[in-house]
Amino acid sequence: MSTLTDPATRPPAPEPQPDHKAKRNWTPWVLLLPGLLWLIVFFLVPILTSVSASVQTGNFDDGFKVTWDWGNYYHALHDYRTQYWHSGIYSVLTTVFCLALGYPAAYFIAFKGGKYKSLLMALVIVPSFTSFLIRTIAWKTILADNGTVVHALNKTGVLHVTSAMGWTVGDHVLASPAAVVCGMVYNFLPFTILPLYTSLEKIDPRLHEAGQDLYCNAFTTWRRITLPLSMPGVIGGTLLTFIPAVGDYINAQLLGNPNTNVVGQKIEDLFLRDTQGYPVGSAISVVMMVATLVLVMTYIRKAGTEDLI
Amino acid sequence: MLAPNAVILWMSFNKPVGKFDYTWNKFSLSAWKNPCASSEMCHSLGLSLQIGVVATIGATVLGTMIAFAMVRHRFRARSGINALLFLPMAAPEVVMGATLTALFFNTVGPGSLGFWTITIAHVMFCLSYVVVTVKSRLAGMDPTLERAAQDLYATPFQTFMKVTLPLVAPGIAAAALLSFALSIDDYIITVFTAGNLETFPMYIYGSVQRSYPAQIDVIGSMMLLGTMAIIAFSQLLGRARTARK
Repeated sequence: MSTLTDPATRPPAPEPQPDHKAKRNWTPWVLLLPGLLWLIVFFLVPILTSVSASVQTGNFDDGFKVTWDWGNYYHALHDYRTQYWHSGIYSVLTTVFCLALGYPAAYFIAFKGGKYKSLLMALVIVPSFTSFLIRTIAWKTILADNGTVVHALNKTGVLHVTSAMGWTVGDHVLASPAAVVCGMVYNFLPFTILPLYTSLEKIDPRLHEAGQDLYCNAFTTWRRITLPLSMPGVIGGTLLTFIPAVGDYINAQLLGNPNTNVVGQKIEDLFLRDTQGYPVGSAISVVMMVATLVLVMTYIRKAGTEDLI
Repeated sequence: MLAPNAVILWMSFNKPVGKFDYTWNKFSLSAWKNPCASSEMCHSLGLSLQIGVVATIGATVLGTMIAFAMVRHRFRARSGINALLFLPMAAPEVVMGATLTALFFNTVGPGSLGFWTITIAHVMFCLSYVVVTVKSRLAGMDPTLERAAQDLYATPFQTFMKVTLPLVAPGIAAAALLSFALSIDDYIITVFTAGNLETFPMYIYGSVQRSYPAQIDVIGSMMLLGTMAIIAFSQLLGRARTARK
């Protein structure tokens, strides 16, 4: 045994931490390069292509040329104002509802879940493994005119109020803004709950006890201790809900009516159906990308957690 | 949360009356007996599975490499690379789809959209999720284990194969599963890059306008039951493993 540990007989062990400064280490770059190239070529370059496409004019027979025609942007901004408004209001409402429903749910699972914690979280996540389109279409059955939900809402007179507000149409729920927001909240709720749960779960329950020992009531404990500590989850959750919600047009298409058009549907139309539309479509995508980025960045700045992501 | 899934399972036993069956009619097993009654549907499902497998392999390999580089090495431009990895997760899907179409229109032309353009797009949007998943597993791993292997005269390659890989494998598996799920389920980006092909989500989407066969609910139910079985199985496996210890 002693011969093994004898420094004289032991050949020099490999340096545990090679000196990075002495020799330039290329390994990380070899590892990074293929993936980064993929992202650059198929994510960054397309955005630049879109920027260039957004100032093109032409048609498919003669080809498109860059003419620096800013008219595309005029159309993109001017002609689709209702769609921007819809996309904006639906995604904000979705985020707010998701937070209102998701926070209590995540709070309950994290602090009152006990040994059922992982089972309850599985119940939140597992449904997402069925195709989201099928699940969205299932809402057509749930909200159908002769279904229980609509019956109950009609009986209690809720639909009168919501229809007067323009959220539902007559005594139907389907094909209305309410149905669209309902589908979106359902689809994005797991994205809110997951980050919330992760950050709530990290909070030491002893902090609650400490709060109570200092004569805080439950609400003050929550406001002064739990809420600030769960802010990363709140920010993460709202971002994960808001960003996909802005671009989503599936719910608007499947559960809405022609008056619930959102920006996504217009982009799809301009790209895939209107043969002349793709420069304007590109302009809308650029506008949307910039608007989302600016909103998200401002939000992260305001919330003060830049190292969140 | 489970209500729509229950509805899907319930409706899959519906006896169809017309082309659109969003209301309950009568119990029937016909859809379950013959899940491929619509050959178009099973064809699109097959296509989605193929794309899912290829895109998963691509994204997992590339993403794992990036994750290793980011966690194990220190170099300049890290924050730039982090931003580049974050952006695809922060961009609305419809924008990614549209910009990719603009690229493909300008390079290969609208006619050549198909299997490979879909797969390229899927690898692109899965990549960041793989990096995040594998990174968190790698970061949680004890680096002294690798050093111990090196002290025992393992070559870097042996260290990687015998120590690092088995320890990170659950993270990589989770990332691969996530990519597969994302790829199979994606509609928006796919519709922009698909050309004339029709993937399973596209078929479902189209079927809302054409006719909605109960078989779609059967496939949906199968997906749900399949995932539940996998989760139950992995739970049992985990329990057996801790019991052995």
